[in-house]
Amino acid sequence: MTEIIWYGRGGQGAFTAAKLLGAAYSLNGDFYYSLAFPSFGPERRGAPVRAFTKLDAKSILDRSETEKADYIVILDETLYSDPLKNLLKLGGRIIVNTKHKISDEVYSFDGSSISDSLHLPTVNTVMLGAISEISGIVTIENLNDAIESYMPVRIQDKNKQATIAVKEAFR
Amino acid sequence: MAKKFLSGDEAFAEGVRLARPQVISAYPITPQTIVVERLSEMVEEGSLESEFIHVESEHSALSCAIGASAVGARTFTATSSQGLLYMAECLPYAAGGRFPIVMMNANRSTALPWNIYGDQRDSISQLDSGWIQAYAENAQEGLDFALMSYYIAEHKDISTPFMVNLDGFVLTHTYETVDVPTQEQADTFLPAYETENELDIDVPKNLAFSAGPEHNYIFKYKEHQALLRAKSVIAEAEKKFAEIFGRQYGGLLETYLTDDADYILITLGSITGLCREIADSLRSKGKKVGVVRLRYIRPFPTEELAAAVKDAKAVGVLEKDISFGNEGTIFTNVNSALFRSGINISSYNFIGGLGGKNISHEDIAEIFDRIENGAEPVNFIGIEVSGG
Repeated sequence: MTEIIWYGRGGQGAFTAAKLLGAAYSLNGDFYYSLAFPSFGPERRGAPVRAFTKLDAKSILDRSETEKADYIVILDETLYSDPLKNLLKLGGRIIVNTKHKISDEVYSFDGSSISDSLHLPTVNTVMLGAISEISGIVTIENLNDAIESYMPVRIQDKNKQATIAVKEAFR
Repeated sequence: MAKKFLSGDEAFAEGVRLARPQVISAYPITPQTIVVERLSEMVEEGSLESEFIHVESEHSALSCAIGASAVGARTFTATSSQGLLYMAECLPYAAGGRFPIVMMNANRSTALPWNIYGDQRDSISQLDSGWIQAYAENAQEGLDFALMSYYIAEHKDISTPFMVNLDGFVLTHTYETVDVPTQEQADTFLPAYETENELDIDVPKNLAFSAGPEHNYIFKYKEHQALLRAKSVIAEAEKKFAEIFGRQYGGLLETYLTDDADYILITLGSITGLCREIADSLRSKGKKVGVVRLRYIRPFPTEELAAAVKDAKAVGVLEKDISFGNEGTIFTNVNSALFRSGINISSYNFIGGLGGKNISHEDIAEIFDRIENGAEPVNFIGIEVSGG
């Protein structure tokens, strides 16, 4: 099972990203199961939030919060701290939206520059593109299919442009 | 059928849409809100033709549903936690009036301390209200229950309201892949509601009346008999459902690896998946363990449970409930079933998940260990077992 923990602040769309990744993966067919859920509880804009995506080739029975992840994706660099590496499985990776190099172990990706250039208010689909490119667990095409199926029509185009811009950036 | 990535709440709303209720009365409460939000959107956009009535409270929501059901309408409402308790006065009205209303309850803790997270103390406190009570394990089963519940509740031999329970957040707010049947399939499974138990200007009759001591007990006896008869209608509904949709669940309860099991964990709702996973890993170490998931608590599957555990050495009951000063109510019900069936084995109660507390792999592994090696009759997870 591949497990992803998302960190963001209320309003940044961490859970939307978690959900779109699960949807994108499940669109591959019958043997692609996924679960996506937020850290449950009251919602407050700006407060730190977590969200979870679980992906597997069989039905996922364990609905508990992920304790060891394959990937941790951080939408807001102020939420990064070194002890987060303790939440990784062996070989797991942390991906942070930041303009700065944090360390050799952490994958820094300047997602905000891409979302800013597209006048997108949130960086969530950009970072979704980043984990897709870094991990290969889904393709940008899968993501854009999920965006078409599960995002409101009026914001689909911009978010699809965002994932495609990420693909260009990795080229 | 169409595959969709939906939360438990959204999946349930899809199931309700396919059941074509004529009246929906609702008052929002976390974590149920999304169900009635989606249904109101469906009515607004025209994908569901229904009278959607916004009411001022849960008490009114169920009162309104009773009124609608009394004129022969297929009726839906949904609630959770304090909302269920606020409508508690109306629960036996609906049951005693034999109105086959379907209600979705998002299982959530009850105050105080105030808490919006999931446990099952809300619905379990209402077991004696005369409603059928079922518990889903995942979003797909939630959707499927939305259809099956109407079939069972409205059956002419049953005519009893039906409460479908989904664990708050763990099911209601978790997204997963769900097969959404076509309207044609749903219509094949579920015929339109027809009843003689309705107010009809052409055939005047009195519904929801008083009955003194001379007759009252007869009504109560008939209510009880209807709940017992529901067992065979549940089996009938499952069979027909499997023929049309290709999915089946096992009726009143679902067993896993119980045939040769020495130690069996009995539970309900969404935690069952993790219990099965732990059972698998213990089996690979040579432990003969199994799991029973109670799908229905009313009617209670006495005979089916006895058949599933009769050869076991000990059982445990894991529930998100406590009847203060005694034990978990599911445990009481399980012990009664064992006693009535002449099964004399050790049984232990494990209380967990109260107020949304996570139940971990380690907790469940330890529960299986305690079932094998002995425990107190009643054990609080995180205090008296596993971390205690």
